[in-house]
Amino acid sequence: MLAPTALLTGMGLVSGLGLAVAAKFFAVEVDPRQEQIADILPGANCGGCGLAGCSDFASAVVAGSISPADCPVADDETAQLIAEIMGVTVEAKDPQVAIVLCQGNIDIAAKKYRYNGLASCASASLLGGGDKGCGQGCLGLADCQRVCGFDAVEMTAEGIAKIIPERCTACGQCITACPKDIIKLIPANSEIHVLCSSHEKGAAAKKNCGTFCLGCKKCEKFYGEIPQIKIDSFLALVDYNNPPTNPEVAEVCPADAIVYLPKDKQTGRYV
Amino acid sequence: MNILLLVISAIFVNNFVLARFLGICPFLGVSKKLSTALGMTGAVMFVMTLASIASWLVYHLLLKPFDLVFLQTISFILIIASMVQLVELALQKLSPPLYRSLGIFLPLITTNCAVLGCAVLVVQNDYSLIQTTVFALAAAVGFGLSLVLFSGIREVLALADTPKSFRGTAIALVTAGILSLSFMGFAGLVK
Repeated sequence: MLAPTALLTGMGLVSGLGLAVAAKFFAVEVDPRQEQIADILPGANCGGCGLAGCSDFASAVVAGSISPADCPVADDETAQLIAEIMGVTVEAKDPQVAIVLCQGNIDIAAKKYRYNGLASCASASLLGGGDKGCGQGCLGLADCQRVCGFDAVEMTAEGIAKIIPERCTACGQCITACPKDIIKLIPANSEIHVLCSSHEKGAAAKKNCGTFCLGCKKCEKFYGEIPQIKIDSFLALVDYNNPPTNPEVAEVCPADAIVYLPKDKQTGRYV
Repeated sequence: MNILLLVISAIFVNNFVLARFLGICPFLGVSKKLSTALGMTGAVMFVMTLASIASWLVYHLLLKPFDLVFLQTISFILIIASMVQLVELALQKLSPPLYRSLGIFLPLITTNCAVLGCAVLVVQNDYSLIQTTVFALAAAVGFGLSLVLFSGIREVLALADTPKSFRGTAIALVTAGILSLSFMGFAGLVK
């Protein structure tokens, strides 16, 4: 009875002591703040911050090479918490969402040719910019949906991408993935949008699509002195630093390019 | 000559993974990438060799003289567990990327039947200390060989257009079977 107990205890002690010495020798010093920050980050590892993942972001914050507010997915509260851990202050940033600036679905958009290749926007756009007549139209092959880590992109039955703002975290993955460059980040509380990206002149744009901006400047004039929508080379652009508020502008647009998407003031969701 | 036979036997004929069914878990688990497989091979080689030598010493210098052979399993496991812990500590310090890519399979070496199997086989076959060292090293090389071969195939396989019903674990197991089949060609080379 005594011998086996003594033997096992002895062996346990020897290996335990050996490991204790080894642990000292191989000790890796990790800043405890790094773990704290990694714990409160969203943990989606989306790469929206430009780093390899959330733990990389945490170590970059601790190293001071990135600001706690630079995680595009985390809300303000999280950014403040991280800032508290680091003992710095960050300015609150307005929440943003992505939006697809195109409504040229298969019913209204003309096609140049029949695309029969790989079901990917990147591949389709290599062939003369894609099958859509309009050079800035959504190709509808869901590259943005596939990269979205938050299930925030919906492909409508009419074959264009639509972002679900409640789920969008503004990580920017879809913006990088879109070969047509028609997805933009906008303030989450804005309600009036020009859902067209075509810089074509009116007649040319009309040939390709049922809803388009022809650059008629009616919206620009609607707002008078300081226009909240401005025309830039035949395309109306919403000034999101000073977002338009009067929804009647949508009715002024002769080609239905301007859309009023009202949002619930409390939840920020589309009504 | 005897030693050479031992080496050939442990690497090819009685390959731990492909002929003896030992150490299948890391064989399937960390064989997706060649570099990770090489790292795992290194870790297993270290643990297997040292654990076998330590087990041999404990068995012949402590267990046998004091008539405590019934403690064989628990004392071997104790030795293996502390070896693995040591490797884990060292890897975390020396190669964090490898440590991260091995993930759960590093602590799982503790319960890797190839390691314990090696320690037990050495005692069962009544090897001398030199034979033990050579056998453990050769067994680990055999384990590494199958792991590296397999991960090379899987890397190519990842790019191939595999039928949908075969994808993932299914094709990995089928591949492992075919690889084992080819190693059966060594049977009879050494008795």
